[in-house]
Amino acid sequence: MPRKEKVLVANGQGFWGDSILGPVRLVNEGPLDYLTLDYLAEVTMSILQKQRSRNPTQGYATDFVRLVDRILPQLLEKGVKVVANAGGVNPHACMDAVMGVLEKHGAKGVRLAVVEGDDILPRLDELLAGGEELRNMDTGEPLSKVRERVTSANVYLGAFPIAEALDKGAQIVITGRGTDPGLVLGPLIHEFGWGPGDYDRLAAGTVAGHIVESGPQCTGGNYTDWREVKNLALVGYPIVEASADGSFTITKHDGTGGMVTQDTVRHQLVYEMGDPARYLTPDVTADFASLALEDLGHDRVRVRGVRGEAPTGTYKVSISYEDGWKAVGQLTLSGPDALAKARLCSDIVWARLAYDGCEFSDEERLVEFLGANTCHAGIAAAGRGEPSEVVLRLGVKGRDRSKVDRFGMELVPLVTSGPPGVTGFAGGRPKATEIIGFWPALIRKERVHAQVSVFASPH
Amino acid sequence: MPLVTLARIATARSGDKGEGSNVGVMARSEAAYAYLKSALTAERVRAHMCGLNRGGVKRYVADNLRVLNFLLEDSLGGGGSASLRTDAQGKTHGLALLRMEIDVPEDVLERTPYPSAR
Repeated sequence: MPRKEKVLVANGQGFWGDSILGPVRLVNEGPLDYLTLDYLAEVTMSILQKQRSRNPTQGYATDFVRLVDRILPQLLEKGVKVVANAGGVNPHACMDAVMGVLEKHGAKGVRLAVVEGDDILPRLDELLAGGEELRNMDTGEPLSKVRERVTSANVYLGAFPIAEALDKGAQIVITGRGTDPGLVLGPLIHEFGWGPGDYDRLAAGTVAGHIVESGPQCTGGNYTDWREVKNLALVGYPIVEASADGSFTITKHDGTGGMVTQDTVRHQLVYEMGDPARYLTPDVTADFASLALEDLGHDRVRVRGVRGEAPTGTYKVSISYEDGWKAVGQLTLSGPDALAKARLCSDIVWARLAYDGCEFSDEERLVEFLGANTCHAGIAAAGRGEPSEVVLRLGVKGRDRSKVDRFGMELVPLVTSGPPGVTGFAGGRPKATEIIGFWPALIRKERVHAQVSVFASPH
Repeated sequence: MPLVTLARIATARSGDKGEGSNVGVMARSEAAYAYLKSALTAERVRAHMCGLNRGGVKRYVADNLRVLNFLLEDSLGGGGSASLRTDAQGKTHGLALLRMEIDVPEDVLERTPYPSAR
Protein backbone atom coordinates (compact mmCIF):
# COMPACT_ATOMS: atom_id res chain seq x y z
CA MET A 1 0.00 0.00 0.00
CA PRO A 2 1.49 3.38 -0.96
CA ARG A 3 2.01 5.53 2.09
CA LYS A 4 0.77 9.08 2.40
CA GLU A 5 3.46 11.76 2.45
CA LYS A 6 1.77 13.90 5.09
CA VAL A 7 -0.82 12.84 7.62
CA LEU A 8 -3.05 15.36 9.42
CA VAL A 9 -4.00 14.46 12.99
CA ALA A 10 -6.00 16.94 15.07
CA ASN A 11 -6.99 16.76 18.70
CA GLY A 12 -10.48 18.07 19.36
CA GLN A 13 -10.88 17.43 23.07
CA GLY A 14 -8.34 18.11 25.81
CA PHE A 15 -10.39 16.66 28.68
CA TRP A 16 -13.95 15.61 29.50
CA GLY A 17 -15.80 18.89 29.66
CA ASP A 18 -13.89 20.61 26.87
CA SER A 19 -15.97 22.56 24.34
CA ILE A 20 -17.84 20.55 21.72
CA LEU A 21 -17.00 23.34 19.24
CA GLY A 22 -13.41 22.03 19.06
CA PRO A 23 -14.15 18.78 17.20
CA VAL A 24 -17.24 20.15 15.40
CA ARG A 25 -15.19 22.96 13.86
CA LEU A 26 -12.20 20.71 13.09
CA VAL A 27 -14.29 18.51 10.80
CA ASN A 28 -15.95 21.52 9.17
CA GLU A 29 -13.23 24.12 8.72
CA GLY A 30 -10.44 22.37 6.84
CA PRO A 31 -8.72 19.16 5.75
CA LEU A 32 -8.18 16.35 8.26
CA ASP A 33 -7.22 12.66 8.27
CA TYR A 34 -7.63 11.83 11.97
CA LEU A 35 -9.57 13.33 14.83
CA THR A 36 -8.38 12.34 18.31
CA LEU A 37 -10.42 12.97 21.46
CA ASP A 38 -9.02 12.80 24.98
CA TYR A 39 -11.73 12.40 27.64
CA LEU A 40 -9.94 10.75 30.53
CA ALA A 41 -8.26 12.13 33.61
CA GLU A 42 -7.34 10.19 36.75
CA VAL A 43 -10.43 11.26 38.66
CA THR A 44 -12.63 10.45 35.64
CA MET A 45 -11.77 6.73 35.80
CA SER A 46 -12.99 6.48 39.37
CA ILE A 47 -16.24 8.32 38.61
CA LEU A 48 -16.88 6.10 35.58
CA GLN A 49 -16.19 2.95 37.59
CA LYS A 50 -18.80 4.10 40.11
CA GLN A 51 -21.34 4.75 37.34
CA ARG A 52 -20.73 1.30 35.93
CA SER A 53 -21.21 -0.38 39.29
CA ARG A 54 -24.64 1.28 39.53
CA ASN A 55 -25.58 0.62 35.89
CA PRO A 56 -23.74 -1.94 33.73
CA THR A 57 -24.49 0.03 30.55
CA GLN A 58 -22.65 3.11 31.86
CA GLY A 59 -19.01 3.93 32.63
CA TYR A 60 -17.87 5.69 29.45
CA ALA A 61 -17.71 9.26 28.14
CA THR A 62 -21.28 9.94 27.04
CA ASP A 63 -20.21 13.26 25.45
CA PHE A 64 -18.53 11.21 22.74
CA VAL A 65 -21.78 9.59 21.64
CA ARG A 66 -23.47 12.99 21.35
CA LEU A 67 -20.49 14.25 19.35
CA VAL A 68 -20.56 11.34 16.89
CA ASP A 69 -24.28 11.93 16.43
CA ARG A 70 -23.53 15.55 15.51
CA ILE A 71 -20.51 15.11 13.19
CA LEU A 72 -21.05 11.65 11.66
CA PRO A 73 -22.09 12.98 8.21
CA GLN A 74 -18.88 15.02 7.92
CA LEU A 75 -16.73 12.14 9.21
CA LEU A 76 -18.13 9.80 6.57
CA GLU A 77 -18.08 12.34 3.76
CA LYS A 78 -14.46 13.36 4.36
CA GLY A 79 -13.25 9.94 5.45
CA VAL A 80 -11.95 11.27 8.77
CA LYS A 81 -10.98 8.54 11.22
CA VAL A 82 -11.58 8.97 14.94
CA VAL A 83 -9.48 7.77 17.88
CA ALA A 84 -11.06 8.43 21.28
CA ASN A 85 -10.39 7.17 24.78
CA ALA A 86 -14.12 7.59 25.38
CA GLY A 87 -14.45 3.94 26.41
CA GLY A 88 -13.52 4.75 30.00
CA VAL A 89 -14.09 1.61 32.07
CA ASN A 90 -16.77 0.21 29.74
CA PRO A 91 -15.57 0.50 26.12
CA HIS A 92 -18.04 -2.12 24.83
CA ALA A 93 -21.00 -0.17 26.20
CA CYS A 94 -19.57 2.92 24.51
CA MET A 95 -19.24 0.94 21.26
CA ASP A 96 -22.86 -0.21 21.56
CA ALA A 97 -24.03 3.36 21.99
CA VAL A 98 -22.00 4.57 18.99
CA MET A 99 -23.32 1.63 16.97
CA GLY A 100 -26.81 2.87 17.80
CA VAL A 101 -25.90 6.27 16.39
CA LEU A 102 -24.55 4.68 13.19
CA GLU A 103 -27.78 2.73 12.72
CA LYS A 104 -29.88 5.82 13.39
CA HIS A 105 -27.98 7.63 10.61
CA GLY A 106 -28.22 4.63 8.29
CA ALA A 107 -24.43 4.38 8.09
CA LYS A 108 -23.77 0.89 6.77
CA GLY A 109 -20.64 -1.21 7.11
CA VAL A 110 -18.70 1.31 9.22
CA ARG A 111 -16.02 -0.41 11.27
CA LEU A 112 -15.63 0.30 14.96
CA ALA A 113 -12.79 -1.05 17.08
CA VAL A 114 -12.48 -1.47 20.82
CA VAL A 115 -9.09 -1.45 22.53
CA GLU A 116 -9.18 -2.91 26.02
CA GLY A 117 -7.10 -4.79 28.55
CA ASP A 118 -6.21 -1.69 30.55
CA ASP A 119 -8.77 -2.38 33.29
CA ILE A 120 -7.08 -4.60 35.88
CA LEU A 121 -9.57 -4.00 38.69
CA PRO A 122 -11.17 -7.48 38.32
CA ARG A 123 -7.67 -9.06 38.33
CA LEU A 124 -6.23 -7.07 41.21
CA ASP A 125 -6.14 -9.83 43.81
CA GLU A 126 -4.80 -12.34 41.30
CA LEU A 127 -2.03 -9.89 40.36
CA LEU A 128 -1.18 -9.16 44.00
CA ALA A 129 -1.09 -12.91 44.75
CA GLY A 130 1.15 -13.36 41.71
CA GLY A 131 3.80 -11.07 43.14
CA GLU A 132 2.89 -7.68 41.69
CA GLU A 133 3.08 -5.41 44.72
CA LEU A 134 1.80 -2.30 42.95
CA ARG A 135 3.76 -0.15 45.37
CA ASN A 136 2.96 3.55 45.40
CA MET A 137 5.58 5.21 43.19
CA ASP A 138 5.71 8.26 45.46
CA THR A 139 5.65 6.71 48.93
CA GLY A 140 6.87 3.14 48.31
CA GLU A 141 3.97 1.64 50.27
CA PRO A 142 2.41 -1.65 49.05
CA LEU A 143 -1.14 -1.54 47.69
CA SER A 144 -2.34 -3.85 50.45
CA LYS A 145 -2.51 -0.72 52.64
CA VAL A 146 -5.56 0.58 50.74
CA ARG A 147 -6.68 -2.56 48.86
CA GLU A 148 -10.14 -2.66 50.46
CA ARG A 149 -10.85 0.91 49.37
CA VAL A 150 -9.71 0.65 45.73
CA THR A 151 -12.33 1.90 43.26
CA SER A 152 -10.50 1.68 39.91
CA ALA A 153 -7.22 0.37 38.52
CA ASN A 154 -6.22 1.04 34.93
CA VAL A 155 -3.00 0.53 33.02
CA TYR A 156 -1.81 3.25 30.65
CA LEU A 157 -1.58 1.24 27.43
CA GLY A 158 0.60 2.41 24.55
CA ALA A 159 -0.08 3.31 20.93
CA PHE A 160 0.45 -0.03 19.18
CA PRO A 161 -3.00 -1.48 19.97
CA ILE A 162 -4.54 1.67 18.43
CA ALA A 163 -2.39 1.17 15.31
CA GLU A 164 -3.53 -2.47 15.19
CA ALA A 165 -7.17 -1.39 15.29
CA LEU A 166 -6.55 0.97 12.37
CA ASP A 167 -4.63 -1.74 10.51
CA LYS A 168 -7.80 -3.83 10.78
CA GLY A 169 -9.79 -1.16 8.99
CA ALA A 170 -11.47 0.64 11.88
CA GLN A 171 -12.82 4.10 11.17
CA ILE A 172 -13.64 4.78 14.81
CA VAL A 173 -11.36 3.46 17.54
CA ILE A 174 -12.68 3.46 21.11
CA THR A 175 -10.15 2.82 23.86
CA GLY A 176 -10.11 2.62 27.62
CA ARG A 177 -7.14 4.06 29.50
CA GLY A 178 -4.02 4.66 27.46
CA THR A 179 -1.39 7.34 27.32
CA ASP A 180 -2.65 10.68 26.05
CA PRO A 181 0.07 11.05 23.35
CA GLY A 182 -0.71 7.51 22.17
CA LEU A 183 -3.97 8.75 20.63
CA VAL A 184 -1.83 10.64 18.08
CA LEU A 185 1.09 8.21 17.88
CA GLY A 186 -1.22 5.26 17.06
CA PRO A 187 -2.41 6.71 13.73
CA LEU A 188 1.18 7.64 12.78
CA ILE A 189 2.41 4.09 13.46
CA HIS A 190 -0.44 2.81 11.29
CA GLU A 191 0.13 5.27 8.45
CA PHE A 192 3.92 5.14 8.29
CA GLY A 193 4.50 1.54 9.35
CA TRP A 194 6.80 2.47 12.22
CA GLY A 195 8.02 -0.51 14.27
CA PRO A 196 8.53 -1.00 18.01
CA GLY A 197 12.26 -0.34 17.59
CA ASP A 198 11.94 2.96 15.68
CA TYR A 199 12.63 4.87 18.86
CA ASP A 200 13.35 8.28 17.34
CA ARG A 201 10.15 8.22 15.29
CA LEU A 202 8.06 6.89 18.16
CA ALA A 203 9.52 9.66 20.32
CA ALA A 204 8.62 12.22 17.66
CA GLY A 205 5.02 10.98 17.50
CA THR A 206 4.91 11.06 21.30
CA VAL A 207 6.10 14.68 21.40
CA ALA A 208 3.51 15.55 18.74
CA GLY A 209 0.82 13.90 20.83
CA HIS A 210 1.96 15.72 23.96
CA ILE A 211 1.85 19.10 22.19
CA VAL A 212 -1.79 18.66 21.08
CA GLU A 213 -3.15 16.61 23.99
CA SER A 214 -4.57 19.64 25.80
CA GLY A 215 -6.22 21.04 22.67
CA PRO A 216 -5.94 24.85 22.39
CA GLN A 217 -3.29 25.08 25.09
CA CYS A 218 -0.77 25.07 22.19
CA THR A 219 -2.69 27.47 19.95
CA GLY A 220 -2.94 30.49 22.23
CA GLY A 221 -5.04 29.29 25.18
CA ASN A 222 -3.61 29.73 28.69
CA TYR A 223 -0.74 31.75 27.21
CA THR A 224 1.34 34.16 29.31
CA ASP A 225 1.17 37.04 26.80
CA TRP A 226 -2.59 36.71 26.38
CA ARG A 227 -2.99 40.21 24.96
CA GLU A 228 -1.10 39.05 21.86
CA VAL A 229 -3.66 36.37 21.06
CA LYS A 230 -6.47 37.25 18.66
CA ASN A 231 -9.95 35.73 18.56
CA LEU A 232 -9.75 33.21 21.38
CA ALA A 233 -13.52 32.89 21.01
CA LEU A 234 -13.06 30.85 17.85
CA VAL A 235 -9.63 29.45 18.72
CA GLY A 236 -8.36 26.83 16.29
CA TYR A 237 -7.72 23.41 17.78
CA PRO A 238 -4.27 22.00 16.99
CA ILE A 239 -3.30 19.86 14.03
CA VAL A 240 -0.18 17.71 13.63
CA GLU A 241 1.03 17.56 10.04
CA ALA A 242 3.32 14.54 10.25
CA SER A 243 5.90 13.03 7.89
CA ALA A 244 7.21 9.48 7.78
CA ASP A 245 10.70 10.55 8.94
CA GLY A 246 9.27 11.72 12.26
CA SER A 247 9.45 15.45 11.61
CA PHE A 248 6.16 17.27 11.98
CA THR A 249 4.54 20.69 11.92
CA ILE A 250 2.04 22.00 14.46
CA THR A 251 -0.63 24.16 12.85
CA LYS A 252 -4.35 24.97 12.84
CA HIS A 253 -6.96 25.54 10.17
CA ASP A 254 -6.80 28.78 8.14
CA GLY A 255 -9.04 31.52 9.40
CA THR A 256 -9.43 30.14 12.93
CA GLY A 257 -8.58 32.17 16.03
CA GLY A 258 -5.61 31.91 18.34
CA MET A 259 -2.04 31.48 17.09
CA VAL A 260 0.68 28.89 16.66
CA THR A 261 4.17 30.22 17.35
CA GLN A 262 7.35 28.77 18.73
CA ASP A 263 6.30 30.20 22.08
CA THR A 264 2.75 28.84 22.17
CA VAL A 265 4.15 25.40 21.33
CA ARG A 266 6.89 25.77 23.95
CA HIS A 267 4.22 26.60 26.55
CA GLN A 268 2.57 23.23 25.97
CA LEU A 269 5.84 21.30 25.78
CA VAL A 270 6.53 22.18 29.44
CA TYR A 271 2.98 21.36 30.59
CA GLU A 272 3.01 18.62 33.25
CA MET A 273 6.67 18.06 32.47
CA GLY A 274 9.02 16.21 34.79
CA ASP A 275 12.55 15.45 33.63
CA PRO A 276 12.55 16.81 30.05
CA ALA A 277 15.21 14.31 28.99
CA ARG A 278 13.15 11.31 30.08
CA TYR A 279 9.48 11.44 29.14
CA LEU A 280 8.33 7.88 29.82
CA THR A 281 5.64 6.07 27.86
CA PRO A 282 5.13 2.34 27.28
CA ASP A 283 6.24 2.85 23.66
CA VAL A 284 9.43 4.87 24.09
CA THR A 285 11.46 7.08 26.40
CA ALA A 286 11.36 10.44 24.65
CA ASP A 287 13.98 13.18 25.05
CA PHE A 288 12.33 16.61 24.93
CA ALA A 289 15.77 18.20 25.38
CA SER A 290 16.82 16.90 21.95
CA LEU A 291 14.28 18.58 19.71
CA ALA A 292 14.41 21.80 17.70
CA LEU A 293 11.51 24.20 17.09
CA GLU A 294 11.36 26.34 13.98
CA ASP A 295 8.79 29.09 13.46
CA LEU A 296 7.73 28.91 9.80
CA GLY A 297 5.25 31.79 10.13
CA HIS A 298 1.53 31.70 9.27
CA ASP A 299 0.70 29.61 12.35
CA ARG A 300 3.13 26.83 11.50
CA VAL A 301 5.87 25.53 13.81
CA ARG A 302 8.13 22.73 12.69
CA VAL A 303 9.48 20.22 15.20
CA ARG A 304 12.41 17.99 14.29
CA GLY A 305 15.36 16.11 15.71
CA VAL A 306 13.41 14.32 18.45
CA ARG A 307 15.39 11.45 19.91
CA GLY A 308 14.11 8.43 21.75
CA GLU A 309 15.37 5.40 23.63
CA ALA A 310 13.95 2.02 24.52
CA PRO A 311 10.93 2.10 26.85
CA THR A 312 11.04 0.63 30.34
CA GLY A 313 9.77 -2.88 31.08
CA THR A 314 6.75 -1.63 33.00
CA TYR A 315 3.41 0.04 32.44
CA LYS A 316 2.20 2.79 34.71
CA VAL A 317 -1.02 1.96 36.54
CA SER A 318 -3.45 4.56 37.79
CA ILE A 319 -5.27 3.27 40.85
CA SER A 320 -7.90 5.27 42.71
CA TYR A 321 -9.26 4.63 46.18
CA GLU A 322 -11.76 6.10 48.63
CA ASP A 323 -9.96 8.52 50.89
CA GLY A 324 -12.61 10.17 53.07
CA TRP A 325 -15.02 13.05 52.60
CA LYS A 326 -14.90 16.74 51.93
CA ALA A 327 -17.24 19.70 51.66
CA VAL A 328 -16.65 23.21 50.37
CA GLY A 329 -18.98 26.19 50.50
CA GLN A 330 -18.86 29.90 49.94
CA LEU A 331 -20.46 33.20 50.86
CA THR A 332 -19.99 36.64 49.33
CA LEU A 333 -19.16 39.64 51.54
CA SER A 334 -19.75 43.15 50.23
CA GLY A 335 -17.82 46.15 51.44
CA PRO A 336 -17.19 48.24 53.34
CA ASP A 337 -14.60 46.22 55.23
CA ALA A 338 -15.30 43.11 53.15
CA LEU A 339 -12.13 41.28 54.14
CA ALA A 340 -12.46 41.99 57.87
CA LYS A 341 -16.06 40.78 57.82
CA ALA A 342 -15.09 37.66 55.89
CA ARG A 343 -12.49 36.86 58.55
CA LEU A 344 -15.13 37.31 61.24
CA CYS A 345 -17.52 34.97 59.40
CA SER A 346 -14.82 32.34 59.16
CA ASP A 347 -14.08 32.60 62.89
CA ILE A 348 -17.80 32.35 63.67
CA VAL A 349 -18.22 29.14 61.66
CA TRP A 350 -15.35 27.38 63.41
CA ALA A 351 -16.51 28.62 66.84
CA ARG A 352 -20.10 27.43 66.35
CA LEU A 353 -18.91 24.05 65.15
CA ALA A 354 -16.58 23.76 68.14
CA TYR A 355 -19.47 24.63 70.49
CA ASP A 356 -21.28 21.62 69.03
CA GLY A 357 -18.26 19.34 69.48
CA CYS A 358 -17.24 19.37 65.84
CA GLU A 359 -13.61 20.43 65.42
CA PHE A 360 -11.29 20.30 62.44
CA SER A 361 -7.50 20.50 62.58
CA ASP A 362 -5.59 22.96 60.39
CA GLU A 363 -4.81 20.05 58.06
CA GLU A 364 -8.52 19.26 57.76
CA ARG A 365 -9.81 22.73 56.98
CA LEU A 366 -9.20 25.55 54.55
CA VAL A 367 -10.14 29.23 54.53
CA GLU A 368 -9.85 31.30 51.36
CA PHE A 369 -10.73 34.92 50.67
CA LEU A 370 -11.28 35.02 46.93
CA GLY A 371 -10.54 38.47 45.60
CA ALA A 372 -7.97 39.10 48.31
CA ASN A 373 -5.00 37.13 47.01
CA THR A 374 -5.97 33.53 47.56
CA CYS A 375 -4.35 31.94 44.52
CA HIS A 376 -0.98 33.56 45.25
CA ALA A 377 -1.10 33.47 49.03
CA GLY A 378 2.18 34.41 50.62
CA ILE A 379 3.75 35.48 47.31
CA ALA A 380 5.37 38.79 48.09
CA ALA A 381 4.32 40.91 45.14
CA ALA A 382 0.66 39.86 45.07
CA GLY A 383 -2.46 41.57 46.39
CA ARG A 384 -2.30 45.04 47.90
CA GLY A 385 -5.19 47.27 48.94
CA GLU A 386 -8.68 46.59 50.28
CA PRO A 387 -10.96 44.66 47.90
CA SER A 388 -14.46 46.10 47.48
CA GLU A 389 -15.91 42.61 47.97
CA VAL A 390 -14.58 39.16 48.66
CA VAL A 391 -15.84 35.59 48.43
CA LEU A 392 -15.27 33.63 51.63
CA ARG A 393 -14.60 30.02 50.73
CA LEU A 394 -14.44 27.45 53.53
CA GLY A 395 -13.66 23.76 53.19
CA VAL A 396 -13.16 20.76 55.46
CA LYS A 397 -12.19 17.14 54.99
CA GLY A 398 -11.97 13.98 57.07
CA ARG A 399 -12.93 10.33 57.41
CA ASP A 400 -16.20 11.06 59.25
CA ARG A 401 -18.89 11.90 56.72
CA SER A 402 -21.41 13.17 59.27
CA LYS A 403 -18.87 15.59 60.68
CA VAL A 404 -18.15 16.95 57.22
CA ASP A 405 -21.90 17.36 56.62
CA ARG A 406 -22.28 19.08 59.98
CA PHE A 407 -19.87 21.76 58.79
CA GLY A 408 -22.06 22.45 55.78
CA MET A 409 -24.95 23.52 58.04
CA GLU A 410 -23.11 26.49 59.56
CA LEU A 411 -22.49 28.61 56.45
CA VAL A 412 -25.90 29.94 55.37
CA PRO A 413 -26.97 31.00 58.92
CA LEU A 414 -24.36 33.77 58.72
CA VAL A 415 -26.74 35.72 56.48
CA THR A 416 -28.84 36.59 59.52
CA SER A 417 -26.38 36.03 62.33
CA GLY A 418 -23.13 37.48 61.00
CA PRO A 419 -21.93 40.95 60.04
CA PRO A 420 -23.90 42.94 57.41
CA GLY A 421 -23.30 42.38 53.70
CA VAL A 422 -23.34 38.55 53.63
CA THR A 423 -24.87 37.16 50.43
CA GLY A 424 -24.19 34.77 47.56
CA PHE A 425 -25.24 31.53 49.28
CA ALA A 426 -27.09 30.36 46.17
CA GLY A 427 -25.63 26.86 46.24
CA GLY A 428 -27.35 26.14 49.57
CA ARG A 429 -25.76 23.80 52.10
CA PRO A 430 -22.50 22.28 50.91
CA LYS A 431 -22.73 18.48 51.01
CA ALA A 432 -20.02 15.96 51.70
CA THR A 433 -18.49 14.48 48.58
CA GLU A 434 -16.08 11.61 48.38
CA ILE A 435 -12.35 12.23 48.19
CA ILE A 436 -10.66 10.10 45.56
CA GLY A 437 -7.06 9.26 46.37
CA PHE A 438 -4.58 8.30 43.66
CA TRP A 439 -2.09 5.52 43.84
CA PRO A 440 0.40 5.59 40.98
CA ALA A 441 2.14 2.23 40.53
CA LEU A 442 4.06 0.14 38.02
CA ILE A 443 3.28 -3.29 36.63
CA ARG A 444 5.46 -5.60 34.52
CA LYS A 445 4.41 -5.47 30.90
CA GLU A 446 4.07 -9.25 30.57
CA ARG A 447 1.21 -9.21 33.10
CA VAL A 448 -0.96 -7.01 30.88
CA HIS A 449 -2.58 -7.97 27.58
CA ALA A 450 -4.14 -5.40 25.30
CA GLN A 451 -6.98 -6.72 23.13
CA VAL A 452 -8.33 -5.27 19.92
CA SER A 453 -11.72 -6.25 18.52
CA VAL A 454 -13.41 -4.90 15.40
CA PHE A 455 -17.13 -4.64 14.71
CA ALA A 456 -19.08 -3.31 11.73
CA SER A 457 -22.43 -1.59 11.53
CA PRO A 458 -25.01 -3.76 9.66
CA HIS A 459 -25.20 -3.57 5.85
CA MET B 1 20.92 46.32 38.30
CA PRO B 2 17.26 47.22 37.69
CA LEU B 3 14.71 45.35 39.78
CA VAL B 4 11.97 43.88 37.53
CA THR B 5 9.40 41.12 37.81
CA LEU B 6 10.37 37.78 36.33
CA ALA B 7 7.55 38.25 33.78
CA ARG B 8 9.71 40.93 32.09
CA ILE B 9 12.22 38.31 30.89
CA ALA B 10 10.30 35.01 31.02
CA THR B 11 6.94 33.35 30.44
CA ALA B 12 5.58 30.34 32.32
CA ARG B 13 3.00 27.55 32.38
CA SER B 14 2.12 25.29 35.29
CA GLY B 15 -0.01 22.25 36.05
CA ASP B 16 -0.48 19.45 38.56
CA LYS B 17 1.93 16.62 39.03
CA GLY B 18 0.81 14.16 41.72
CA GLU B 19 0.72 16.00 45.06
CA GLY B 20 2.74 18.85 43.59
CA SER B 21 2.93 21.02 40.52
CA ASN B 22 5.43 21.86 37.84
CA VAL B 23 6.24 25.34 36.63
CA GLY B 24 7.97 25.58 33.26
CA VAL B 25 9.79 28.90 33.01
CA MET B 26 10.61 29.98 29.45
CA ALA B 27 13.19 32.69 28.91
CA ARG B 28 12.21 35.43 26.47
CA SER B 29 15.73 35.56 24.94
CA GLU B 30 19.07 33.74 24.89
CA ALA B 31 20.50 36.45 27.14
CA ALA B 32 17.65 36.05 29.60
CA TYR B 33 18.10 32.27 29.59
CA ALA B 34 21.83 32.51 30.29
CA TYR B 35 21.13 34.86 33.19
CA LEU B 36 18.22 32.90 34.64
CA LYS B 37 20.11 29.63 34.44
CA SER B 38 22.49 30.97 37.08
CA ALA B 39 20.14 33.30 38.97
CA LEU B 40 16.86 31.37 39.16
CA THR B 41 17.93 28.52 41.40
CA ALA B 42 15.67 25.88 42.91
CA GLU B 43 16.33 27.45 46.32
CA ARG B 44 15.22 30.88 45.14
CA VAL B 45 12.02 29.43 43.69
CA ARG B 46 11.41 27.48 46.91
CA ALA B 47 11.70 30.65 48.98
CA HIS B 48 9.39 32.63 46.68
CA MET B 49 6.71 29.92 46.51
CA CYS B 50 6.79 28.90 50.19
CA GLY B 51 3.28 30.29 50.75
CA LEU B 52 1.94 27.67 48.35
CA ASN B 53 4.47 24.85 48.47
CA ARG B 54 5.32 22.94 51.64
CA GLY B 55 7.80 20.58 49.99
CA GLY B 56 11.11 20.86 48.22
CA VAL B 57 11.78 22.21 44.73
CA LYS B 58 13.66 20.36 42.03
CA ARG B 59 14.98 22.06 38.88
CA TYR B 60 15.52 20.60 35.40
CA VAL B 61 16.96 22.47 32.42
CA ALA B 62 16.33 22.13 28.68
CA ASP B 63 18.81 24.39 26.84
CA ASN B 64 17.20 23.70 23.45
CA LEU B 65 13.91 25.21 24.62
CA ARG B 66 15.46 27.86 26.93
CA VAL B 67 13.40 26.26 29.68
CA LEU B 68 13.92 25.87 33.41
CA ASN B 69 11.41 23.37 34.77
CA PHE B 70 10.64 23.45 38.49
CA LEU B 71 8.90 20.65 40.35
CA LEU B 72 7.14 21.87 43.51
CA GLU B 73 6.75 18.70 45.49
CA ASP B 74 3.88 19.52 47.90
CA SER B 75 2.05 22.51 46.48
CA LEU B 76 -1.60 21.53 46.11
CA GLY B 77 -2.77 20.93 49.68
CA GLY B 78 -3.22 17.21 49.02
CA GLY B 79 -3.14 15.18 45.82
CA GLY B 80 -5.94 13.73 43.77
CA SER B 81 -9.24 15.22 44.77
CA ALA B 82 -8.15 15.72 48.40
CA SER B 83 -7.22 19.38 47.90
CA LEU B 84 -9.70 21.91 49.24
CA ARG B 85 -8.05 24.79 47.42
CA THR B 86 -9.60 26.81 44.62
CA ASP B 87 -6.49 26.16 42.55
CA ALA B 88 -6.27 22.44 43.26
CA GLN B 89 -4.29 21.80 40.08
CA GLY B 90 -1.63 24.51 40.34
CA LYS B 91 -2.90 26.25 37.19
CA THR B 92 -1.93 29.67 38.60
CA HIS B 93 1.48 28.72 40.01
CA GLY B 94 3.25 29.87 36.84
CA LEU B 95 1.86 33.37 37.22
CA ALA B 96 2.75 33.33 40.92
CA LEU B 97 6.37 32.61 40.03
CA LEU B 98 6.38 35.32 37.33
CA ARG B 99 5.53 37.84 40.08
CA MET B 100 8.98 37.32 41.63
CA GLU B 101 11.02 40.52 41.80
CA ILE B 102 14.50 39.96 40.46
CA ASP B 103 17.58 42.08 39.70
CA VAL B 104 18.41 41.81 36.00
CA PRO B 105 21.51 43.37 34.34
CA GLU B 106 20.81 46.26 31.91
CA ASP B 107 22.37 44.45 28.97
CA VAL B 108 20.11 41.43 29.50
CA LEU B 109 17.06 43.68 29.51
CA GLU B 110 18.25 45.42 26.35
CA ARG B 111 18.59 42.09 24.57
CA THR B 112 15.22 40.80 25.77
CA PRO B 113 12.18 42.09 23.89
CA TYR B 114 8.90 42.43 25.71
CA PRO B 115 5.48 42.33 24.02
CA SER B 116 4.45 45.86 23.08
CA ALA B 117 0.78 45.18 23.69
CA ARG B 118 1.26 45.83 27.40
